[in-house]
Amino acid sequence: MNLDSKIPEGPLAEKWTKHKFNVKLVNPANKRKYEIIVVGTGLAGASAAASLAELGYNVKAFCFQDSPRRAHSIAAQGGINAAKNYQNDGDSVFRLFYDTIKGGDYRSREGNVHRLAEVSVNIIDQCVAQGVPFARDYGGLLANRSFGGAQVSRTFYARGQTGQQLLLGAYSALSRQVAAGKVKLYNRTELLDVVVIDGKAQGIVTRNLITGKIESHSAHAVLLCSGGYGNVFFLSTNAMGSNATAAWRAHKKGALFANPCYTQIHPTCIPVHGTYQSKLTLMSESLRNDGRVWVPKEKGDKRKPSEIPENERDYYLERKYPSFGNLVPRDVASRNAKYVCDEGRGVGSTGLAVYLDFADAIKRDGRDVIEAKYGNLFEMYERITDSDPYKEPMMIYPAVHYTMGGLWVDYNLMTSVPGLYALGECNFSDHGANRLGASALMQGLADGYFVIPYTLGDYVSQMPYEKVSTDHPEFKKSEAEVKAQIDKLLSINGSKTVDQFHKELGQIMWDYCGMSRTAEGLTKAKKMVQELRAEYWKNLKTIGSNEELNITLEKAYRVADFMELGELMIDDALMRNESCGGHFREEYQTPEGEAKRDDENFSFVGAWEYKGENEQAVLHKEELKFENVKLTQRSYK
Amino acid sequence: MNLTLKVWRQKDANSKGKIETYPVTDISSDMSFLEMLDVLNEQLLEKGEDPVAFDHDCREGICGMCSLFINGRPHGPQNATTTCQLHMRKFKDGDTIFIEPWRAKAFPVVKDLVVDRTAFDNIIQAGGYISVSTGNARDANETPIPKEIADQAMDAASCIGCGACVAACKNASAMLFVSAKVSQLALLPQGKPEKQKRVEAMVAQMDKEGFGACTNTGACEAECPKEISITNIARMNREYFSAKLSSNNT
Amino acid sequence: MSWFTKTLTSSIGRKLMMALTGLFLITFLIIHASGNLQLLANDGGKAFNLYTKFMTTSPIIKTVSYILYTSIIVHVIWAILLTRLNVSARPQKYEYDKLGQSSTWASRSMMLLGTIILIFLVIHMKTFWFVYKFGEIGMVTYDGVEYKDLYTVVVNAFKNPLYTGFYVVSMVFLAFHLAHGFWSGFQTLGLNHKKYTPLIKTVGLIIAIVIPVVFAIQPVYVLLFA
Repeated sequence: MNLDSKIPEGPLAEKWTKHKFNVKLVNPANKRKYEIIVVGTGLAGASAAASLAELGYNVKAFCFQDSPRRAHSIAAQGGINAAKNYQNDGDSVFRLFYDTIKGGDYRSREGNVHRLAEVSVNIIDQCVAQGVPFARDYGGLLANRSFGGAQVSRTFYARGQTGQQLLLGAYSALSRQVAAGKVKLYNRTELLDVVVIDGKAQGIVTRNLITGKIESHSAHAVLLCSGGYGNVFFLSTNAMGSNATAAWRAHKKGALFANPCYTQIHPTCIPVHGTYQSKLTLMSESLRNDGRVWVPKEKGDKRKPSEIPENERDYYLERKYPSFGNLVPRDVASRNAKYVCDEGRGVGSTGLAVYLDFADAIKRDGRDVIEAKYGNLFEMYERITDSDPYKEPMMIYPAVHYTMGGLWVDYNLMTSVPGLYALGECNFSDHGANRLGASALMQGLADGYFVIPYTLGDYVSQMPYEKVSTDHPEFKKSEAEVKAQIDKLLSINGSKTVDQFHKELGQIMWDYCGMSRTAEGLTKAKKMVQELRAEYWKNLKTIGSNEELNITLEKAYRVADFMELGELMIDDALMRNESCGGHFREEYQTPEGEAKRDDENFSFVGAWEYKGENEQAVLHKEELKFENVKLTQRSYK
Repeated sequence: MNLTLKVWRQKDANSKGKIETYPVTDISSDMSFLEMLDVLNEQLLEKGEDPVAFDHDCREGICGMCSLFINGRPHGPQNATTTCQLHMRKFKDGDTIFIEPWRAKAFPVVKDLVVDRTAFDNIIQAGGYISVSTGNARDANETPIPKEIADQAMDAASCIGCGACVAACKNASAMLFVSAKVSQLALLPQGKPEKQKRVEAMVAQMDKEGFGACTNTGACEAECPKEISITNIARMNREYFSAKLSSNNT
Repeated sequence: MSWFTKTLTSSIGRKLMMALTGLFLITFLIIHASGNLQLLANDGGKAFNLYTKFMTTSPIIKTVSYILYTSIIVHVIWAILLTRLNVSARPQKYEYDKLGQSSTWASRSMMLLGTIILIFLVIHMKTFWFVYKFGEIGMVTYDGVEYKDLYTVVVNAFKNPLYTGFYVVSMVFLAFHLAHGFWSGFQTLGLNHKKYTPLIKTVGLIIAIVIPVVFAIQPVYVLLFA
């Protein structure tokens, strides 16, 4: 298989402009003859569905939640990056491009990332026009804050609810198109399979989560905007319903899955505190603007934080990275938290936590200023932990947050299956091996508002107006397959619940394919996951029927896919004999314990091809070419 | 701690439901309320009984999907807190906890504790947006917006659309939800061009969905997990009267 | 339906009608209560009877009184419209309801309070207004002019402890109705402002206490001292 990224030739800054001119257009009158399926209504999905409908396409939008407004983009707290340079601090499109490439540890495509930086400025304009109430200064102009991995202040925010406000903006645009009759909305409807006919994605099979009805939908193109796969780990900052079924089914239908081992472990989450725990809660990275991370210098120091004098504290990020201090990128911050806890200097009852201390910031700026910036986050922290961060330092620990890997896409965001696109976290393209804070919102909206409306036409223009009938044998076959799988899940009649299996899977993944990995551990984990999967199909306990709201069945179908995806993540981590960004292999590190890349052998995108059940997936490589940045060891010292 | 749960069970939209009693044991006070329900569901599943269906997703208090009328109050006893952020330390060992779905004609029960809130989507579709297509925007800093106005708009915009206001209101009125969106968009200069059309359409849709009318009891504001203020309702009323008196929409 | 009727029967329109008529009725109550203070003048009823004559003959006051009657009727009809809508919005009640914690009893009981006040009003009108207009009533002469002696009717009625008791209890309900109604009227009209709302709420409370107290003083005074 030849992986053609279709990055346009020419100077970096002109690629996108040139490409927009070169792609084929669809005449406005003809756009209404095409139907597009959008799966997922988060930032990428809602913005894509709305923008395509505005152009005239007929759109069907699907979400598993009760409303498109619930998509998990809503939970992003801190902000969205844009190279506006409103702060006059030297930001530029090129600097945002450079920071993102470097933050991603040189494992992303120059062309894609530069395009992302270019359109970032349009996103802010668009969102403000939609009525997104970004924070403003007293002069009435937009305010910015700084975020990890950057030395300029380019992050736009709406208190600690930026994702919510951006999503509600996109949701409102989507709602407008629903009212206009251009988007047909299917809520509480989950994708179960992607249908490929004559080598092209031409529809999907869905299940109505209330009635259980299995339905086929055909279209001229299918856009997957279904988010990441962090829930493979069971415990993550993802929503309970976030799942990888859309991406995984696409993968099984021929779409390559790229860099699955690149998972982001976010450094500032509330630590785990019990086996019953269902999810982990993120505390915005913006807290690191004012909070200082520390642990006691001595091992096993069980004193209260207030009783530990200044000279017995180790502000380890400030010590090791004097120039970025507490604002080092996420992967670096997470890994260092792990190191100090592994040394036995972790705090809290489990020893798996570090302090994030606001005492100095409160002394410097006053409680009011800190409250205005982070009040809602502090309240949330107190609600969950019953501890007041104004008085005692927060306790934080890293948790799975985002997956940089995803479906392989070319410059047009098309997967290796023609007509099948992946947008937002669902694709792999822009963040390399590590995503910078406040860049996920940027990428989701860039893909939906400003990339797909141009690139979709290039493919769709070649499609006949007549869409394929849902009576086509491929649809019937898909329907039969998913029904068979559902029947199978409902009939195993074993003794272990889905959550038990999911927790076991998560534990294996966290232990062996989490913050740091070894060849030995990964090999062991692969076998464990295979065994667990075999057991799953023999010993799963479910209840009820398909023809009802069946929460157990929903989970069972999703976890079946997580099991398979988990194994691919392990394969990828095992293949990548280097450390880069969120992928840290203990065998490959610098003497200071930093990630050590192997640019000679691993400067490529690892895209996996599905070969069938219990068959080893096949790796394809897309070489990464760097013409505008010099590959260096990332240094935040 | 050990608790007795009184949970509304209803097979589907057409069935008649009733309260069922379930004991749960060994509940940690650090659990969230929904984690406690997860424990119940695992117990039920192991006994071969149908788990309790309830809506939830982000479990960090922002998606608005969780609901639940807990011990007579939407989202339970803790103010300014969604059900998913409510923790068991707010209860005592031996407590009996009633758990019911939102009750409103416009929010029919789908199953157990799950209700259908598409009425809210319909109201937003009626006009809860600014008509600006992608690509039409001008520079974000071209129109300065006084910080205070932006802050007020943000206060209104922080609505999560959970429906607690409807559940709390003795009239099952949706005015807090609708007014939050009307206010946000009417406050901002971007939203002004279509503010009359918007408020007329959204209120008409709200009435069509079967929500009650506001009688200013203030229960919505008191129970709102995001503490949205009823000043928004006053603002919506103003917007509505001025639109009705001066718009050309007969 | 025209835009006008549509507006007045919309959910917000129903509230608007309640607010406009309600606030107007409050202004009437203020005038009525202060005018009636003449019962306490200790002049054998002269001031009161003169005042009554003025109130029933002045063309301006007569016009206002028709608006008043209309307001009462509209207030009642729209209350029924509003309540019907609100009851229908929740066909199934909660099994366990503690919503009392998040709002005042008065605000939740406006229909009940209003019904009691309406019953009071009917009895009140029958005892005084009907007798004055259509019933048999004695006459008094001041300065050579004959006046209907409503004062005696009032005093006789209030000499009955049961009637006075009913009157006083009704005023308690009125107090609660006003306690929510005054502020609520402003809120419905959209007049909610950080600076003025606290003032409106305070004034509302003062009105809710002073008006019923003034009304209640009169029968009690008559019962005990007249």
